[in-house]
Order: sequence, then structure tokens, then C-alpha cells
Amino acid sequence: MSEVNHWRRLVLWWLGTSIVATLLVVLLLAPILPPGNGSVEASGQVVDNTVLLGVSTPVAMAVLVFFIYALIVFRERDESAVVDGAPIRGDARIQTWWLVVTTGIVLFLAGYGTIRLLADGAGGGQGPNPIAAPGGANDALQVQVIAQQWKFTYRWPSYGGVETPTLELPANRMIEFHVTSLDVIHSFWAYQLGVKADANPGFDNVAYVTTKGPLRFDIHCAELCGVWHGYMFETGHVVSQSQFSTWITQQRAQYAPATQKLAPYSKQYFPDPQRRGG
Amino acid sequence: MSTIAISARPQPTWRKLIGFNLLTGIVLAVVGWLIGDWLGGRIHAPSLDYFGTEAGENDIGIMLGYLFGVIGFLIGLGFANYPIKRLLGHPASLAEHEAEGEGAMRYFRLCTDHKVVAMQYIVGIGAFFLVGGINAMLIRTELLQPNVHVFGPNQYVTLVGMHGAMMMGVMTSGVLGPFANWLVPLMIGSRRMAFPRIESFTFWLLMAAGVALITTVFMGGFQTGWTGYQPLGDQGTTGYDAYIAFFALVGLSMCLLGLNLIVTIITMRAPGMTWNRLPIFVWSVLATALLMMLAAPMLIAALLMGAFDRTVQTAFYVAGNGGSSYLFQNLFWVFGHPEVYIVALPGFGIVLELLPVFCRKPLWGYRLAVAGMLGVALLSFFVWQHHLFVSGINADLRPFYMLSTELISLPTGFIFLCAMGTMWRGRIRYSVPMLFCMGWAFNFLFGGISGVFLSDVPSDVTTHGTFFTMAHFHYTIMGGLVFTVFAAIYYWGPKMTGFNFNERLARIHFWSLFIAFNATFGPLFALGLMGQPRRVVTYPTHLQALNDWVSVSAFVIGLSMLVFLYNLIWSMLFKREPSEPNPWNSKSAEFQLPTPVPLHDFDRIPVFDSDPYPYGVEPAPALTPAARGA
Repeated sequence: MSEVNHWRRLVLWWLGTSIVATLLVVLLLAPILPPGNGSVEASGQVVDNTVLLGVSTPVAMAVLVFFIYALIVFRERDESAVVDGAPIRGDARIQTWWLVVTTGIVLFLAGYGTIRLLADGAGGGQGPNPIAAPGGANDALQVQVIAQQWKFTYRWPSYGGVETPTLELPANRMIEFHVTSLDVIHSFWAYQLGVKADANPGFDNVAYVTTKGPLRFDIHCAELCGVWHGYMFETGHVVSQSQFSTWITQQRAQYAPATQKLAPYSKQYFPDPQRRGG
Repeated sequence: MSTIAISARPQPTWRKLIGFNLLTGIVLAVVGWLIGDWLGGRIHAPSLDYFGTEAGENDIGIMLGYLFGVIGFLIGLGFANYPIKRLLGHPASLAEHEAEGEGAMRYFRLCTDHKVVAMQYIVGIGAFFLVGGINAMLIRTELLQPNVHVFGPNQYVTLVGMHGAMMMGVMTSGVLGPFANWLVPLMIGSRRMAFPRIESFTFWLLMAAGVALITTVFMGGFQTGWTGYQPLGDQGTTGYDAYIAFFALVGLSMCLLGLNLIVTIITMRAPGMTWNRLPIFVWSVLATALLMMLAAPMLIAALLMGAFDRTVQTAFYVAGNGGSSYLFQNLFWVFGHPEVYIVALPGFGIVLELLPVFCRKPLWGYRLAVAGMLGVALLSFFVWQHHLFVSGINADLRPFYMLSTELISLPTGFIFLCAMGTMWRGRIRYSVPMLFCMGWAFNFLFGGISGVFLSDVPSDVTTHGTFFTMAHFHYTIMGGLVFTVFAAIYYWGPKMTGFNFNERLARIHFWSLFIAFNATFGPLFALGLMGQPRRVVTYPTHLQALNDWVSVSAFVIGLSMLVFLYNLIWSMLFKREPSEPNPWNSKSAEFQLPTPVPLHDFDRIPVFDSDPYPYGVEPAPALTPAARGA
């Protein structure tokens, strides 16, 4: 009984379970992970999540296997008398190895995340002067997202500064979102596009996304913005370039009277401070 | 130190109610509120036209009402007596607050006995935990259907905010209030805390805070959630003033609680209680107390600025007038991230303190565990902007915050390694506290792993602000803290109260809680990934099945808590079974004392000659009293 090599059994159990679990997770779970393949950035996030899952599953299995093994094998079989276990107070070698291995994993994860982040900004808001702009960002289509309680509107500087109540985007095109707010903090979240950027009053928050084929995507405010926050959602569309041209032309014509009365296009708006909007 | 024994002369009931106690406190609180409100009206009325705010929403009156109300409450409890006596030249003394023979009345007034304060904390925090828990049940009731059906949007958002604020505010002291106050003096061989009056002060301040938060429902609630973001708070109804008063009082209470514990641990250790022998729970208390003392002032500052914005029309958070909405976010999370480790760290301490007892082995890797706790405490001050990854602030620093956040998994990993090492070749006994410790290990493992996804910016872009985040911090806080609090209640409870819990009910409590907890919060990860944001009253219809499953599981959590409550009342009142002095055969100092622990803990200050984990080497240490004059 005492001659059992606990270490070897543990390692074998860990190898077996973590190979099975990692394969299951990476092959079955990862492909259905959000936000899906709606845009280049969204696909990037899926890859990123797959890597994180692939790394963290064996780690989780190591801890789980150990706990289950210890709870079964080291349980007290005779509870009638209190008998103490061996007074082992530590092991410098194990502690050192643990530190080395976990540090290695952490540094890998941080390095990998940084590389993925700096490649294209991963669809996240990155302030007025983005450093993680994807290649070709200078030709991106600019869309200003204006959040207010409790609606998003969209302003198009390259189409005469028209402001539309709905969002349609051309397919296979890089988009540069400029997210700002007129009152409180909101967050522009286009789920299937993998875009999330907070909207702060008087602040320009830039996020990049490169669309793929036609897509219907959900837009939701992701930062609590007051009573009707739960109702601040809508649907957007990625459509073909020609459909988009038709749509934006029609919108320009429809909202031409309103556009004349709008404040001139700006990257920030400083509305009068509101009181007691609810 | 000899006590002045007050002769137990029978008094009529009405006579007992007069004096400095809770009743007087409540009366003076109401008087103080009325004075403050009247004063606020006097200040506010002439300036109504100038400020252009709506009449009837007098924030100055509300704020002064809270201020004077709390002051009145504290005076009524007797907190002004000692300073006034000292000013009049009376000698310093604690005796009048510690006298035995007062019976239950000492729980309703200023009492400087650390064991009484701890029991006050347990009951008081328990009551507010119940309120927060009921809020959670109501939230899940509303989410049974994708559209509004029970509560309106304002009620719903207020419920969410109250649940969060109760749990993150009052429950922050959930271990340090009850257990550290009770245990630290006993574990380090002291007769009292360093500042016994401050100890009592922190408790009554916390109770005042909890009541202040509840008053928000009479003033339209608050729409900001527990994070209280500005400028949303600025435009909120007077209910937000209740939030400010609540969190500022909680902050003050936390800060002083931390200070008291730090000074106690540093200065009041008995002879032989070296830093190398300090129980690991005390180390975790020290690390937590440091965080509390250093982080809470940031919160108070942020809330004060918010209060000025609302009352005297400053513009700290108003973008149009030169303020910034980021300022509040920054200040709040500089407090808020240490805060979540304030909640997690004592749990580490409890688990590592209990494992040696139930594995019958010394704590494995003592110094590594200490390094882990201090490491978490230190790193937690350098990670706060991971809450703002997509906010656009300091975007260039995101790789740094990604690294610092992931680095926290190193010291947390130490804690796991020490737990695993302690179990290695142990003789594990499945007592109820041990079950809760294992529940902690399982839950915190998944809480930690999901945290890796949130710390990674590309992954966080989708998961930020969704139910995924919400599931993550419930796994670490509820699965971490609440499970360890129950471990502590079942482990130290018999020692503290003198009666045993019904073990069968305790086991039912654990298994139902453990299963229902995972059935509730596991699917929330999926819901978040499927696109459900936090704090929304409506959601897409295709998510209803999963939401209903979560709601039903959440109700089972509620039932499980009722089992605990039933067990508590049953074991305390109806089938009282006195507990032995050392039911777990622990070698820790507090279990070598008689039950109930005497008023001044130790007849003589003991001398320690080992750490509390000499399992497998020697018989339980007798607490040798120090030689006279030591």
C-alpha cells in the first residue's frame, strides 16, 4: 500500500484526462465560441479564445486531478482515533518548479495577448490616438457612433455629415468607428463584429473592424446607462458595397433637412450638463 | 487588569432601555436627520433659482440629513462619552464597557469586548447579507421572462444596484469583521484589540451604512449599479445620495477596521509569537487589512467629489465643464480592484488555516503562502485599468495591465500549491468545514481560469460587461468568500457560540449550496458568451430557456440558505447541544481555551513556542502563561 508511486499515477491520470479534455475543448467547444466569424477581428478573438482554452484546460485538469486523487487516496479510513499525517513542511524543489512553470505560462499568455492586441486592436476601443491600427487604416471608412440615453445614432463624415438612426456597413471593408457620447457613459457593442468601445462624453474612442460577407449583427449598450439601459439595443447589417451605396444615398436625401440643422461634425461633443434626466 | 464587577441588581425593563444604547441611537439618528434636512433646506432654498435645479430634490438637505443622522446615532450609542470624559479629566478606562453580567444588552450598545463585537458583526452582516440575497432572488424572478413582467426598469436597476452594493459593501467586512475581530487577539495571545472603541465604531458605522443604503428605495432608487459611475450618478434622483452616504460610511468603516487590525497584529503579539509562527489566517488578515486601509480612502474621495457635484454644483465628473467621466472610473477602480482581493484574501487564509486541521498535517509551504498573500495584496494595486480595457483611456498601457493582471495568478497559484501540499499524504477527514474548503478550491479554480480570459484584451472585448464577467466574479466572491465564510462558521462557530450545529443539516446545506451554485453560475458563462450584457431587464427570447434554468437554480441557492438559517435557529434555541472546547482536535491557540472563552481571554498572557500546526510531531501545546512581568 505504502509502496504506491503516487507521483507516477498522478502524472498518468493528468496526461490522460488533460489530453482528452483539451482535445474536446479545442475541437468541439472552440469552433462555436463567440463572437463567431462575422469579421476579421471577431475571427481573431475566436483564435485567441481557442489558445487560452488550450492552455488553461491542462492547468485546470492538473489541479482538479490532484484534488480528486488526494481526496480519495489520502482520506482517513478509520475515523475512530485521531492520527496525524507525516509532518512534511514543504519542498523547495517543488516550489521552485511550480514558480518556474506558472511564470512561464503567465508570460506566454501575456506575450501572446499583447501580440494579438497590437496586430489590429482586436475590435476594442483604444482612445483617440490608436496605436494598434491594422494595416490600411488610412483608407478606412469612418463612422461616428453617437450614444445618448437611450439610442445610438451614426454620423458619416465622408457622406456630408449625415446622421442616421440605423447602421449599415459595406462588406469587405475596414471601418473606423469613432465612439462618443452626449450624456453619460455608454458602450457600443456590436456582438457578431467583435467590437466593443465605451462612449464617454467629450471623448473620441476609436475602434477598427474589417467586415467580411453580408451579416446581421446585434448592437447593445454594454455599460449601465440608466433606467432604460436594457432597451438600448438594435440590429445592424453588413451589406454588399452596391447595396450600401444605395442605402447611404437614400439616407442622405431623406435626412438632408436635418443635416443642415446639425452641429458641424466633430470628434467630440460637449453638451450642456444635464440634470435629473432619470 | 482587574474588572470592576457591576453587581447584578435587577432592574425593571423600562429602566434598561434608558441610557446609551441602540434605542437611544435610533432616536437621535432621527433627530439628527431632521436637523440636517432642515438645515439643508435653509441653505438650499435661497439658491434654487441660481442653480436651476428642481424644487423638492434637495440634495444638500439629504446629505446633511445623513451626516447629522449618523452623528446622532453614534452619540446615542455612547461614542461621545469617552472623549468628553477624558476632556473633563477622568482617567482612561475600558472597564465600564466590558462588564460581565449585563446579559444580552451589551450586544445593543458600544461594547469594547472583541468577542462581543465579533458576534455583533456576524448578526449585523448576516442581516444585510439576507437583504442582498433577497435582492438576488428578485432579480432572478424578473429574469424568468425576457420582457418586463414583475418589476419596472427602474425597480430592476435599483435591485441590481442594491444587491451589488450590499454584497460588495457590507460583505467586504464579512470575514475581518466577525472572524478577525474574534480570532486575531486569541491567535496572537492578546486580551483585546489595539483600539477597542474603534473596533466597535467600525461595526456601528457599517450598520448605519446598510440602513442608509436601504433608504434609497424611498427616494427613487439609484440607477448606476454598485459601481456608481458618473456622470450617470450626477443626474440620478436623490436615491443616489443614499448610495454615496452608504459607500462613504462603508469606506470609513473598512479603513478603520484595517488600521485596527494592522496595529493589533504588529504590536500586540504575545511573547514567542514571531512572524514565522503567526497563524496563516492572521497573515491573510494582515494582507487584507493593508488593502482596506490603503484602498478605502480612494473610494471616499471619489464619492465626496460626487457629493459636491450633486449638492454644490462642482463639475468633477461633468465633461462639458472641464471634468471627466474617466476620473470617477479611475478612482473607483483604484479602490475597486484591491476591494475584490479584500474579499478574496481572507478566504485563502481560512482555507489554509483549516486544511492542516482536517488533513492532520502541518501547513505545507508556510512562507510560500505568506508570499502569496502579500504578493496578491501588492499586485492588486497595479491592475485596476483592466476594468477599462475598452473604455479608451490609456489604451497604450493595456499590455502592461494585461501582464500585471495575469501575474496575480502566480501568488494565487502559491495558495493552491500550499493547499495541495498540505493534502499530500494527509489523513483527510470529511468534516463539514473541510467540505466547504474543497468547495472553495473547486469554485475558485474556475473563477481564476475565467479571469484569464477577462485579463486578455482580445478576449475581453467580447466578454467585458457581459454575464461572463458577472459569472466570473460570482465564482471568485460567492464561490470563494461565501464558501469560506461558511467553512469558518461551521469550524469556529461552536467555539464562538458554545453550541454545535446539526451535522446532517449542515451537510445538506453544503451539498445543495455547492450543486445549486454551480448550476446557477456555470450557465451564466455561456449566457455571457452568447451575448447577454449585465444589468439588463430584457434579453433576446432565444436566451430564455437558459435564463430560466439559472433562475430556478438560484432559488435553490435561496432554499439552501434557508436550510442554514433553520439549522442555526434549531441548534441555538430548540435543540441546544453544548460544544466541547476542542471539537476538531485543533492545535491552534483559540481551541486550547475553555468554551465560552473568558472575558479577558487569557488569565495570563501565554508564551508561544511553535506555530499552530505541530501535527504529527508533538502533543497539543499547552499554553504556558508568561512569567510574571513578561
